[in-house]
Amino acid sequence: MYRQTEILKKAASNETEDGGELVINVGPQHPSTHGVLHLVITLSGETIKNVEPHLGYIHRSIEKMCESLSYRQFIYVTSRMDYLSSHINNHGCALCVEKGLQIEIPPRAKVIRVLMDELTRLASHQLWWGAMAMDVGALTPFFHAFREREMINDIMEETCGARLTMNYMVPGGVMYDIHPNFQKRVKEFIEEFKRKIDEYDELVTGNIIFQNRMKNVGYLSKEDAISYGCTGPTARGSGVICDIRKLYPYEVYDQVQFNEVTETGGDCFARYLVRMQELRQSLSIVEQLIDNIPEGDFLAKTKAVLKLPKGEFYSRVETARGEFGVYIVSEGGTTPYRIKFRSPGFSNLSALNHMAKGYKIGDLVAIMGTLDLVIPDIDR
Amino acid sequence: MTNEELKIKLTELIPSVVFEEGGEWITAFVEGSNWKTIAQQLRSNEGFEFDYLFCLTCIDWKTYLTMVYHLTSTTYRHSLVIKAKLDRNNPELETVSDIWRTAEFNEREAYDLFGVKFLHHPDLRRLLLTDDFNGYPLRKDFEDPINMIKL
Repeated sequence: MYRQTEILKKAASNETEDGGELVINVGPQHPSTHGVLHLVITLSGETIKNVEPHLGYIHRSIEKMCESLSYRQFIYVTSRMDYLSSHINNHGCALCVEKGLQIEIPPRAKVIRVLMDELTRLASHQLWWGAMAMDVGALTPFFHAFREREMINDIMEETCGARLTMNYMVPGGVMYDIHPNFQKRVKEFIEEFKRKIDEYDELVTGNIIFQNRMKNVGYLSKEDAISYGCTGPTARGSGVICDIRKLYPYEVYDQVQFNEVTETGGDCFARYLVRMQELRQSLSIVEQLIDNIPEGDFLAKTKAVLKLPKGEFYSRVETARGEFGVYIVSEGGTTPYRIKFRSPGFSNLSALNHMAKGYKIGDLVAIMGTLDLVIPDIDR
Repeated sequence: MTNEELKIKLTELIPSVVFEEGGEWITAFVEGSNWKTIAQQLRSNEGFEFDYLFCLTCIDWKTYLTMVYHLTSTTYRHSLVIKAKLDRNNPELETVSDIWRTAEFNEREAYDLFGVKFLHHPDLRRLLLTDDFNGYPLRKDFEDPINMIKL
């Protein structure tokens, strides 16, 4: 017989009467949160009643830092936000500065930028695929994904000198010309990955256990996706047309053939399918461009010290997670007066509570996996 | 809707509106006191239907604060920037988190880093910083001798 303490009495009465609520903490150090994200989950039995994300464990106040960095320097900091699409972050910032300075960048730089963006997207989605499968219990795909991702990292290392935080795109173009081996190695990668992507599907997509974990879980309607500001594959899984590459084409995206992938399911499996098809679309973009890199300069001539005119500039790009926006308020000086990064992960995370409510705690891991969270991108 | 048509319709809706020139999109200054009703009309009135709030932020102009809302309509694909001037010592504004739900987190961030109080917000707490943090870091007069390195 247990001693009847207050807590036990309370617990026992809760169990029988109003269902009882249990509050548990997931994180900040938890493998399935993919970083230092802290979730406070209120449970009734196994059913999720409320999920409250606690952010800020790696908040570095990048926006404040950027206010004291020049227009050439601040781009380096942005690689540290969404480190899986660092090229695309740099791209967004470079576009915003170019918009302010009204520079036209050389065609060669445009194509190189798009190639790098798409390779980054491939690498990011590969990592997501491996981690997603690992989240729901399949360990092997993680190693498959990292094997192919390694090839992209090697290509990046050759051209940019770094594997993760590249800082390759600068206002006016790209920092260096591509490595002589670049085209050869990318073609090798395309050949290799074309076979592997079918393997991915065989290994995970058709798996009945995997499908049972993903289907009808974490439903997000189209209206809610728009209202929560979701973008990228998260919103496209709910049927929202939001691909910046199609809606507001930048660089050479209006000259290449690709489809905007949307699914109407709105559940985890729909979001999974969107990303899997995006892998194929990105691969096709790389394939179209790799033999068509125009000759010429890779960097436009710019002044040594960049000064943006007084005003406000907004540019947006499509990262692997969604719409990344850069909002610069300039007072005419060499540093931005105020800079705001609209990060896709932040908005996608805000929908987590809505998506997870009413599902079981085991489903939360699948839902978070399909949101593809990168915590430095959320905390900034 | 084109920018000119939007301008005309906006003037009909808000007679006191002031436009700012030079931006990429139409930029309109509204009064903080009637922002909530304007927001509701922008969201639901036919012809506007701004259902996607893609950027919400605040700017510190040293003497006053400005809230900036970037809106887009996913039906008509037109965009609009709404600004509201706030008193720097006691910044208060009605929340729009019930109209655009993405605002809930973004407003918490603005509260955290700028100290803007959003009235009737469901859960206005600090988001990124700890609860006992003093000051609002993104304001221009914020000083932290230990962690901030002046360049």
